Amino acid sequence: MSTSVPDGAGRTGSTSPRTTSGKPARMLAGSAGGPGAHPGGAPARGPAIPGAEPGEAPAPSRHQAALAPVRVAGGRWQDDIRAVKVVWRRELIRFGRNKLRIVTSLVQPVLFLFVLGTGLSSLVSRGVPGASHASFETFMFPGVVAMTVLFTAIFSSVSIVWDREFGFLREMLVAPVRRGALVVGKCAGGATVATMQAVIMLALAGLVHVPYSPVLLLILVGELLLAAITITALGTALASRMAQVESFQVVMQFVVLPLFFLSGALFPLRALPAWLAALTKIDPLAYIVDPMRRAVFEHVQTSPAVHRLFGATMTWNGWPVPVGVELGLTAVIAGLLLVLAIVAFSRTD
Amino acid sequence: MIPGNVGAMTRVPSTARVGTATAGPDGVPDGMPAIEVHDLARRFGSVDAVRGVSFSVGSGETFGFLGPNGAGKSTTISMLCTLLVPTSGYATVAGFDVVKQRAEVRKRIGLVFQDTTLDDYLTAEENLRFHAELYGVPRSQAADRLADVLHMVGLWDRRGGIVRTFSGGMKRRLEIARGLLHSPRVLFLDEPTVGLDPQTRAHIWGYIDELRQREAITMFLTTHYMDEAEHCDRIAIIDQGEIVVVDTPENLKASVGRDRVQLHTADDARAAAALHERFGVDASVSDGALTFHVAGGEKFVPRLFAELGVPIAAVSIARPTLDDVFMAYTGRTIRDAEASATERMASVPWMRSRHR
Repeated sequence: MSTSVPDGAGRTGSTSPRTTSGKPARMLAGSAGGPGAHPGGAPARGPAIPGAEPGEAPAPSRHQAALAPVRVAGGRWQDDIRAVKVVWRRELIRFGRNKLRIVTSLVQPVLFLFVLGTGLSSLVSRGVPGASHASFETFMFPGVVAMTVLFTAIFSSVSIVWDREFGFLREMLVAPVRRGALVVGKCAGGATVATMQAVIMLALAGLVHVPYSPVLLLILVGELLLAAITITALGTALASRMAQVESFQVVMQFVVLPLFFLSGALFPLRALPAWLAALTKIDPLAYIVDPMRRAVFEHVQTSPAVHRLFGATMTWNGWPVPVGVELGLTAVIAGLLLVLAIVAFSRTD
Repeated sequence: MIPGNVGAMTRVPSTARVGTATAGPDGVPDGMPAIEVHDLARRFGSVDAVRGVSFSVGSGETFGFLGPNGAGKSTTISMLCTLLVPTSGYATVAGFDVVKQRAEVRKRIGLVFQDTTLDDYLTAEENLRFHAELYGVPRSQAADRLADVLHMVGLWDRRGGIVRTFSGGMKRRLEIARGLLHSPRVLFLDEPTVGLDPQTRAHIWGYIDELRQREAITMFLTTHYMDEAEHCDRIAIIDQGEIVVVDTPENLKASVGRDRVQLHTADDARAAAALHERFGVDASVSDGALTFHVAGGEKFVPRLFAELGVPIAAVSIARPTLDDVFMAYTGRTIRDAEASATERMASVPWMRSRHR
């Protein structure tokens, strides 16, 4: 009887065609006394079943030869990159496969933009020279697109809780890769998915008099991606600490909705009561909605009065915060949240 | 391994298989045990789920943990898989410490859990690909290996099917395939057949037996089905967090010793008296038959015919089952043990949800 790990004999064989990396593979089929062993190592790549004669129809489940073991290296940074990629790809596959979710996720922002927006515009635009119905909708557009990112990103990252519930999280947690790689993959996937969903909303720009300017769209997509990364990192950090699916409601009510309402997505951050103004200034989402809105208003033709009303920018103590500072701040927050997510997820068991 | 010989040697405890002491590809000497456990214990609050178990599993051996639900089987397996940190004691798997060298252990083990850990929205193949990438299976080999394991569990034709549409048995088979994908040295199977219908259970065991013959792999499995424990080379009977006994199924049954003999005779009363007089055996009458227990039943029967002096209509000998073994070592049936374990667990409600 051969020993349990047939290494020696397998390695002395000619270099297997499968080992392009140059490392010796552990080929069980080549072990001493192994049945159906191809002399000199592994069978050629053609037949999937080692030991099966070429041209012989392989029995679906009862092929008798040993499976050819693979050698798992692990522990290198390349492995972590692979882990990031595959976790990312899984998010994309799941997103693409759930077409219904893509459609239903559009309902809410569309209602906000066209029903709430149209309904409020007559009220808001009254007495403003040059303001049309469309002005308020144009104002809301970046806010609603940011909302799409917010909800999709939080939903994608909190799906960790569902993964836990349905067991798949365990498959990831026991894998010999750094937890950080899993978090980065998850955040990258969630951010990609959220941005894609928001891009569908961006396609409606023409309906609210926002021009399809390539420069504008590029800026908006970039800003959406940054927002998506920030929010997925936040969601992942929160989800790592959640044990039950029910906790998702808590996150929605106490985190997502306040973030949304205070972001200036629905009303201008101008001439607000002091308490509300203070709260909007600590909402990280406000620093994404504001640059997006500025970009939009730079590309639409409106009267100075409309600009004054809707084009108001974020100020700190009367100082208009430059877009660069806003985006830089968001990037820092995204980085911090990502670190927090990695730490929180690493403690998950 | 040699398929022709396997049938003859499946029952050989595998410590005997470990011969040479050459270093394996992982730098682990082949001669060393695949799993070594010393005084491993785990406590949840005030409940001792595992109270200091020690055992060792040889390379290539199939080792079973047999015990009622709540005996500590899943807790032990979780500690060996590096998912749960022991309260005390230590364990090595494939030569690496399960606490200090978790990554090394994880690379070398495959896991099949009680609950499914597949992504329902992915296809069978996508689930396996995900696993291959996470475990760093070299790209040049991944496709072939994936085909191998899918053929083995008979799911090659369904590789493009979304897992959500699979039956429970198919999901379990897919999990077994996935557990093998990265060529682990040790495959852990936690209740691999729980919740499946008898036919599917038999099927799963077919795969596991095939695997034992085909892959040079150590298997550690838990079950609370007595008949399934017979597929193991050795069994540890675990009850209330402690190992009661470790041996081969045959030795365990032999240690219980006595076979149950049922006798139909022309005159049961006279036969019972004769049994008592000539053989010193006390028989009880039930269902119109005499029942008694005796060591080495098949050798006893010829003597019975020769010396009883009462015409015998029929005789049957029943081997002791592992149910009898569990009864003999713990003093209760496995069903009673499960009832009391459920009570024990009920005092810590969160434990049930964490260690289903």
